[in-house]
Amino acid sequence: MAAKSNLLNMALSLSAVCLVCSALLGGVYAMTSGPIAEAQAAKTAASIARVLPEFSVQPELKTVEMDGVEYSYYDVPGSGIAVISSAGGFGGPLKLMVGVDDNGQIVNTVVLSHSETPGLGAKCSTDVAFIDQFKGWDPAERKLAVRKDGGDVDAITASTITSRAYTAAIASAYDVYLKVKGNE
Amino acid sequence: MSKLALITKGFLKENPTFVLVLGMCPTLATTTSAMNGLEMGLATMFVLILSNIVISLIAPVVPDKVHIPVYIVVIATFVTLLQLLMQAYVPEVYETLGLFIPLIVVNCIVLGRAEAFANKNTVGDSALDGIGIGLGFTVSLVVIGIVREILGSGSVFGWKFIPGDGILAFVMAPGAFIVLGYLMVLFNKLAKR
Repeated sequence: MAAKSNLLNMALSLSAVCLVCSALLGGVYAMTSGPIAEAQAAKTAASIARVLPEFSVQPELKTVEMDGVEYSYYDVPGSGIAVISSAGGFGGPLKLMVGVDDNGQIVNTVVLSHSETPGLGAKCSTDVAFIDQFKGWDPAERKLAVRKDGGDVDAITASTITSRAYTAAIASAYDVYLKVKGNE
Repeated sequence: MSKLALITKGFLKENPTFVLVLGMCPTLATTTSAMNGLEMGLATMFVLILSNIVISLIAPVVPDKVHIPVYIVVIATFVTLLQLLMQAYVPEVYETLGLFIPLIVVNCIVLGRAEAFANKNTVGDSALDGIGIGLGFTVSLVVIGIVREILGSGSVFGWKFIPGDGILAFVMAPGAFIVLGYLMVLFNKLAKR
């Protein structure tokens, strides 16, 4: 069983354990930081590839300020831009990547992160009928708002708040697109 | 206790979920599907086995008054290690389990086994105990996950065999409590025989 405690052996054993543990963690961190960065980059690249038409150039990360909020977007010359935008959903922020091509049409959208209710709002990342309705959407012609609010978006059944957030995120992404195009 | 009994006790006599009722937070929160339950169970088992081994090794030299902080540092180290490895090699799994991975540090099962078993048994036995309890925990989470996934989404391990939406309550927190309660009754009835 355990040794008898005195100040010296308590301090020594705690320091020794902490030293070994931090050395171990430092080593593992150094070993995994490369793969972690790669995994994140691969995820971003996959998202961009999903929301924009085919491209061969390297997407370039840029930021633009709009209404006091800084938005990040990936500029892909010859293809369009992929804007990262978010809106308040039912359970927390709903973060999307929205691809807008050079003609001002929405190519596709993908959910980056969300905290919506499983089985209800969480469908916003899997419900094909809901997500696909935005493909080829031209916000200049069709209103980006759910039908309940007088727009043209078919909301997910029983998840109006999530659908509203999704739509709002696309709308602000489109505003970012207009601002970026206006600046050029 | 025989070596085999060390492993099998985790399933029945000392089942962490249905008998000891430990580690309820990840049990209730991550069992929305069978796959999530399996992943959480395996993650916990990884930490449990390694921390049991290390703690049984260092227990004789750790002064009594600081043994809890020392054990927690050891456990936290393995959890952080697991977190880094998961982020690097299985980022999708890490994303689903997210917050519940760091919470393994305070999972009562891990510290409980360190206190109740690893610090007074040999390295080999402690490793077997970690495997046994870890397997028991994993199987329990998978069973809860299967029941909740069938009722809530009409599928098992993502394979959908009932069309439609399922009973939503079972995907959410109340369903977790209901399923856990009924399974506990069933388990204890069967185990008493």
